[in-house]
Amino acid sequence: MSAERYEQVKQNPQFHQLVKQRSRWAWSLASIILIMYFSFILLIAFSPAWLGQSLSGGVITIGIPIGVLIILVAIILTGIYVYKANKDFDRINQEIISEIKQ
Amino acid sequence: MKAALFTISILFGSNVWAVDSLSGAVEQQALNIPAVVMFLIFVTATLGITYWASKRMRSTSDYYAAGGGITGFQNGLAIAGDYMSAASFLGISGLVYLSGYDGLIYSIGFLIGWPLILFLVAERLRNLGRYTFADVVSYRLEQLPIRTLSAFGTLAVVALYLIAQMVGAGKLIQLLFGLPYHYAVVMVGVLMVMYVMFGGMLATTWVQIIKAVLLLLGASFIAFMVLKHVDFDLNTLFEQAVSVHPKGLDIMAPGGLISDPVSAISLGVALIFGTAGLPHILMRFFTVSNAKQARRSVFFATGFIGYFYILTFVIGFGAIVLLSNNPEFFDGNGLLLGGNNMAAIHLSKAVGGDFFLGFISAVAFATILAVVSGLTLAGASAISHDLYASVIKKGNSSAKQEIRVSKIATVILGLVAIFLGILFEDQNIAFMVGLAFAIAASANFPTLILSMYWQGLTTRGAFIGGFTGLLTAAVLVIVGPIVWVDILGNEEALFPYKYPALFSVSIAFLCIWFFSITDRSKRAENERKQFEHQFIRSQTGIGAHDAADH
Repeated sequence: MSAERYEQVKQNPQFHQLVKQRSRWAWSLASIILIMYFSFILLIAFSPAWLGQSLSGGVITIGIPIGVLIILVAIILTGIYVYKANKDFDRINQEIISEIKQ
Repeated sequence: MKAALFTISILFGSNVWAVDSLSGAVEQQALNIPAVVMFLIFVTATLGITYWASKRMRSTSDYYAAGGGITGFQNGLAIAGDYMSAASFLGISGLVYLSGYDGLIYSIGFLIGWPLILFLVAERLRNLGRYTFADVVSYRLEQLPIRTLSAFGTLAVVALYLIAQMVGAGKLIQLLFGLPYHYAVVMVGVLMVMYVMFGGMLATTWVQIIKAVLLLLGASFIAFMVLKHVDFDLNTLFEQAVSVHPKGLDIMAPGGLISDPVSAISLGVALIFGTAGLPHILMRFFTVSNAKQARRSVFFATGFIGYFYILTFVIGFGAIVLLSNNPEFFDGNGLLLGGNNMAAIHLSKAVGGDFFLGFISAVAFATILAVVSGLTLAGASAISHDLYASVIKKGNSSAKQEIRVSKIATVILGLVAIFLGILFEDQNIAFMVGLAFAIAASANFPTLILSMYWQGLTTRGAFIGGFTGLLTAAVLVIVGPIVWVDILGNEEALFPYKYPALFSVSIAFLCIWFFSITDRSKRAENERKQFEHQFIRSQTGIGAHDAADH
């Protein structure tokens, strides 16, 4: 019966540690993404000229590397979360599950 | 594709969603033999896969979720495939071709929802659900109202998306293959029904994977040839583009895509929350075996989609450089043949000749086919799994009955899609993808996320709030500038913003919150109590449906 197992997990301090750790990671990374994206959007709305200024005298503007960087950061942050989850969260989760008395 | 006069008129600059649909009058082209041959190869191969999948289909799990046997990498490709629609490939590169930097802004908006889906949604979704996202929302809430709400949200999104894709398919095939519009729409409808009906999720997923690989390869090749043309010096690429583009240096900076801060934020809300509320995308998370694979799926999907968007940026600039001074690609009025959305197609000819043009044309068609199949499966599942099995039969139907209903629903959806595709041939459908995203963000997403994160959510709150979000989004789009002024021809819009999501999503959350906390019923009390066990399952995966289920 699942309900009994859930009650056991509830008593396990490791579970609460896992929840805390995972949500800290998830929300921190999510905040980075949200702040980054909405700053970018507000820059476009309020000061497009700033993004449009030349990077180093040539035709390439500051906006181009910033735009590409946002895409790369998005990919890298998903990589970081997956790495962290594979390395730590899954292990702790496995321990929690194996501690359940059948 | 020479010397023909046809225009795909698109309201670029006025509406970002226009990019995701092809609309306007198109003139049929001469039959393109290499494209037709390559497309036939694709169809033969995918029908072969469908036959193979049909032999393996025994349970509802096989039908809806490919038996849970898709790996994270495969699913990542399939998700990317679902997301990289033909119109977004052609539309984004066309937008870059037309206005440069604005295309990049558009791409970033479409990508940015993915990391958030990973951090906040993916694992819990997999641990709680089975076949549709309604499984998750209705986990501890009452089945009948919640499944009905989710099915409405799903079918609304699917219908709007399908119309946009069907019309786009018809026009594109007229242009690329030289087949009449009606043939094209019927062909797309028949093929998608075959994939979904006989091959279920397994076939649909593999069609999606094959198409994603072909599209990524094709786009990579075009981008590579563009870079080769400028000796792999980006500075040269941009300099040449600026020197030949009528807008000059303006293409290197944000233009008219986003005008005021409210619109900007509202668009961001629609893109982020809409992505996390698209039923055909959410459904993909149930095709993998566990939360770990769900996580990997998003990582690969984000990587592929991000890479693809960078490619389209290069392709758009390449089109500016390589097409602008070549009269072969322009009509008598100096407009790009077929409209700006044809930039990537023309470029494929410029860098790879007729054979490669055929290849890219076939890939574009395959892309539409794959996307409509995914949509149809999501719609059919909402009908059979949510409405039939859970609402009408109250969980007392057999697997066989459920699959049968799903197949019937698939055929009906196919017929409806063909009918609407023909009906909307000459209509302005640019708003439809935007409306689909707005509804996904305002009805599906708030109920889904709160069901996973908020103990206080009750059936009453979710039902009233979800429907309020859905209706608000629909009404605000209709009385907004795109439909009220551009389509209905009124002087002034009743609602001033093109993107209603900021308002409709806020109203949805507010209503869900208010009608939940004021819900003093016995049922509500019970639902709040069940949150704890649901939460433990969502975190640990204990009790989650596994691949061998059913």
